[in-house]
Amino acid sequence: MSFLGKLSIDAIPFHEPIIMVTMAVIAVVGLIIAGLITKYKKWGVLWRDWITSVDHKRLGVMYILLALIMLFRGFSDAIMMRAQLALATSGAPGYLPPEHYDQIFTAHGVIMIIFMAMPFMIGLMNIVVPLQIGARDVAFPFLNNLSFWFTASGAILINLSLIFGEFAKTGWVAYPPLSELTFSPGVGVDYYIWALQISGLGTLLTAVNFLVTVFKMRAPGMTLMKMPIFTWACTWANILIAASFPILTAVLAMLTLDRYLDFHFFTNEAGGNAMMYINLFWAWGHPEVYILVLPAFGIFSEIVSTFTGKRLFGYKSMVYASGAISILGFIVWLHHFFTMGSSANVNAFFGVMTMVIAVPTGVKLFSWLFTIYRGRLRITVPVLWTLGFMVTFSIGGMTGVLLAIPGADYVLHNSLFLIAHFHNTIIGGAVFGYLAGFVFWFPKAMGFKLDERWGKASFWCWLIGFFVAFMPLYVLGFLGMTRRLNHSNNPDWNIWLYIAAVGAVIIMFGIICQVIQLYVSFKNRDALDDTTGDPWNGHTLEWSTSSPPQYYNFAEIPHVDDIDTWTDMKEKGLAYQGKSSYSPIHMPKNTASGVLIAASLTAFCFAMIWHIWWLAGLGFIGAIALFINRAYTIDVDYYVQNDEILQIEGVHIASNTKEVSA
Amino acid sequence: MSTLSATQGHVNLEPHSVSHTHEHHDTSGDTIFGFWLYLMTDCLLFASFFATYAVLYMNTAGGVSGKDIFELDFVALETAALLISSITFGFAMIAAQGQKKSLTLGWLAVTFCLGAVFIGMEIYEFHHLIVHGNGPQQSAFLTSFFSLVGLHGLHVTAGLIWMSIMMIEVIKRGLGKQTVTRLSCLSLFWHFLDIVWICVFTVVYLMGAM
Repeated sequence: MSFLGKLSIDAIPFHEPIIMVTMAVIAVVGLIIAGLITKYKKWGVLWRDWITSVDHKRLGVMYILLALIMLFRGFSDAIMMRAQLALATSGAPGYLPPEHYDQIFTAHGVIMIIFMAMPFMIGLMNIVVPLQIGARDVAFPFLNNLSFWFTASGAILINLSLIFGEFAKTGWVAYPPLSELTFSPGVGVDYYIWALQISGLGTLLTAVNFLVTVFKMRAPGMTLMKMPIFTWACTWANILIAASFPILTAVLAMLTLDRYLDFHFFTNEAGGNAMMYINLFWAWGHPEVYILVLPAFGIFSEIVSTFTGKRLFGYKSMVYASGAISILGFIVWLHHFFTMGSSANVNAFFGVMTMVIAVPTGVKLFSWLFTIYRGRLRITVPVLWTLGFMVTFSIGGMTGVLLAIPGADYVLHNSLFLIAHFHNTIIGGAVFGYLAGFVFWFPKAMGFKLDERWGKASFWCWLIGFFVAFMPLYVLGFLGMTRRLNHSNNPDWNIWLYIAAVGAVIIMFGIICQVIQLYVSFKNRDALDDTTGDPWNGHTLEWSTSSPPQYYNFAEIPHVDDIDTWTDMKEKGLAYQGKSSYSPIHMPKNTASGVLIAASLTAFCFAMIWHIWWLAGLGFIGAIALFINRAYTIDVDYYVQNDEILQIEGVHIASNTKEVSA
Repeated sequence: MSTLSATQGHVNLEPHSVSHTHEHHDTSGDTIFGFWLYLMTDCLLFASFFATYAVLYMNTAGGVSGKDIFELDFVALETAALLISSITFGFAMIAAQGQKKSLTLGWLAVTFCLGAVFIGMEIYEFHHLIVHGNGPQQSAFLTSFFSLVGLHGLHVTAGLIWMSIMMIEVIKRGLGKQTVTRLSCLSLFWHFLDIVWICVFTVVYLMGAM
C-alpha cells in the first residue's frame, strides 16, 4: 500500500466540467473571502471571538451560517436534478450521466437532512434555549464548541468528496447490499459513513449537553411546566436524539465493519441480512424527522403567541402532544418499508400507529388556531411563514396518512408521491419553521431586524415555488414515476416534469431574495437597529436581554413566576430594573481544543476513507491526546467583575428608559 | 449612570437574592448527570448490537454455532474477574470519599489488574477462534458475536486507559473535588460495563451454549 493509500491524482475528476467549474468558483469565492479578512485584519477576531468561542450564542450563529452554506450546496443539487429531469424526457439523455446524477441525489438528501436542517435547528436551539431558561450558558460550554466542530467536520468531509474521488451513489439511506463493497467499491460510501458518523457524534453530545442544561440550570422558580414552549419542544427533540442517534452510530459501525474487515452483517453471502440495516436505519431515521420538526413546532408556537399578543392556547396539551409524538415516533419505523413483506398484522400495527400520530399533531394545529382566534395577529414575516406552514404541512400530513395505509403503500412505495410527501412535511414543516425562527430571533442574535419587504418577497417565492415544484410530483407518483430516475421516456410525464422545474426556479428566487434581504438589512442596520432588545414585545426571557445579549446573558438570574415570564415582569414593572452592584459572574474561557480535536478527527476520517493508515493512527491518537490535554488544563474560567457588569447593564437599561420616555 | 441611579429606588431585591447560590456553582452534579445520560446513549448502542445478534445468531452459514465454540468454564472465570473488579472499584470509591489517597490508588490498581485479566482472556478467546478458522468473516453469527463482545471489550479497554490516567491524576493532584467527580464518572462507566457483560454472558454465552 502506498504512502497515500488509495489516494492519487486520478481521484480528482478532471474530466467532469461541472465539478471542475464548481471547484473553481468555490476556490475564487474562498480566496475573495480570505482576502477580505486579511484586508480588514479580521483573522484574529475570527479566531478569538468565533472559532474558539464557547459562547452558546456565537456557536448558534456559526451553526446557522453552516446551515445556510449547506443550503446553497443542497439546493444546487436540487436544481441540477430538476433540470436534468426536465431535459431528459422522451428518451433524451440530459446533461448528467447516471454515475454523476446518482451522487447528486445522494448528496442532496444527506446535505439537506444532516448538514442543513440539523445545524439550523441546533443553531436556533443554541441561541435561544439558554436565554429562555435564564441560564448564563449551557452545562458544558467546551463540549458545545466541540459538537459544533464535529458537525463542521462532517460538512467538510462531504465537500471534500466533490474534489477527491466521489460521493455515494446509493441514495441518502445507503441501503445494503448496494452500499456493500461488492457493489460500491469506490470511496463514495466511505465518505458517507464517516461524514455521518462524526457529525452524528456532535449531535449526540449536543443533546446530552442541552438535556443537562434544561434539567439542571433553569432559573429559580421555573418549574418544568413553566418552561417556554420552544425549550420544551427542543427538550423533546433532544430526548429523541439521545435515544435514536446511538442506533445510527451502531448501524454505520456495522456497515463500516462489512466494508473494511469483510464482516457479514448485511451482505448477501454467509448469512448477512440487509433488512437488519434497513430496520436499524429507520429506527433512527424516523425519530430523526421528529427531531427536525418538533423544534419547528416550538418556533411556530412562540411566534403565534408573540404576534397575537396572547398567551399560547393549550400550553399543557402542546407539551404533552410533543411528548406523544416523540414516543409514537419510535414505533412507526416500519412504515418506511411495508413492502419488506412482514405479516399483515405487523404492517397493520405500524400503519395504525402512523395514523395515530396525526392526533397529537392535530392538537397542535388547533392550539395555534385557537391562539390566533380573537387575537390581533400582526402579519409580519415570521407570521407569514407560520401561516404558510399551517396550510402546507396539513396537506403533507394528509398525504402521509394516505401512505400509512399498507395496501396503498404497496402502490406508492418509492414513487414520486413519496418524494412529494416528505418534501411537503420537511420543507413545509421544518424548513419554514427554521426560516420563521431565523427572522424572529435574528435581531436577538445580531442586534438589528431583517428587512420586511424582501422577507415577504422571499416567503411568497418559497411558498408558491414549493407548490409549483412538488404538487406535480404527487401527480407523477400516481402516473407511476419512481424516484431516482435519471431519464424518462413517457410523454405523459413531460409536462409535470417541466412544471416542477419551474417551481424549483421560483424557490431559487426565494433564496436569492433572502440573500438580498440579508445584504439590504446589513446595509440599513442603523435604521433597523434593535436598541430595546425586545423588538416584538416578546413573552420570554430572551427578550429581557439586550440585542445581541450581554455575553454573560443575565447580570442577575431572574426569578420566574409565569410561563410568559417576561410579559409577567413587564406587567409587574419588574423589567429593566438595574442594581447598584452585582456579584461577580463565573464565565468559561474560550479554547482552541474543540477545533483542534475536530481537525484531528477529520484527518482520521479522511485517512480512513482513503486507507492512509499512518494518518488515521496519527489523527486518532492526536484527538485523544488533545482531549486529555484539555482535561488537564486548569485555566478554564474567570470572573466578570462588578464595574464591567454595571457599565454593560447601564447601557441596556438606559436605552430602554429612553424608549419609554420617547 | 444617571438613569441607573434614577432606577435604583425601584430596585426589587427580594426575589432575586436566590441567585447568590448560583455564583459559586458546583457543577459536579451536572457532570455526573451528563455522564449518566451519555451512559444511557451507550446503552442504546449496545442494545442495537444485541438486537443484531438476536437476528443473526442462527445464520451460521454452515459453519460453527455457539454450542460448538463457547467454553463456559473459561467465560465464567472471565466473568468472575470483571464482576470482582466492580466490587474493588466500589472499595476504591469508598476510599476516595474518605480522602484516603494510597488506599484509593491500591484499589484502583487491583481493579485495573482484574480488568486487564478480563481483556487478556477475551483476546485469548478471540485469537483462539480466529486461528481455528472461526473468525468474524466466516458467518453472520460470528460477525455479530465478535462485534457485540468486541464492542464491550473496546469499552473495557477504554475504561482501563481512563483508569490509568485517573491514577496519575490522583498521584499528582490528590483527591480534589474534580478528581473525585471524575472517579465517580469512571465508576459509573465501570459498573455499567459490568451490567452489560451480565447481559452478554446470559444472552450470548449461556443461551448459546444451551
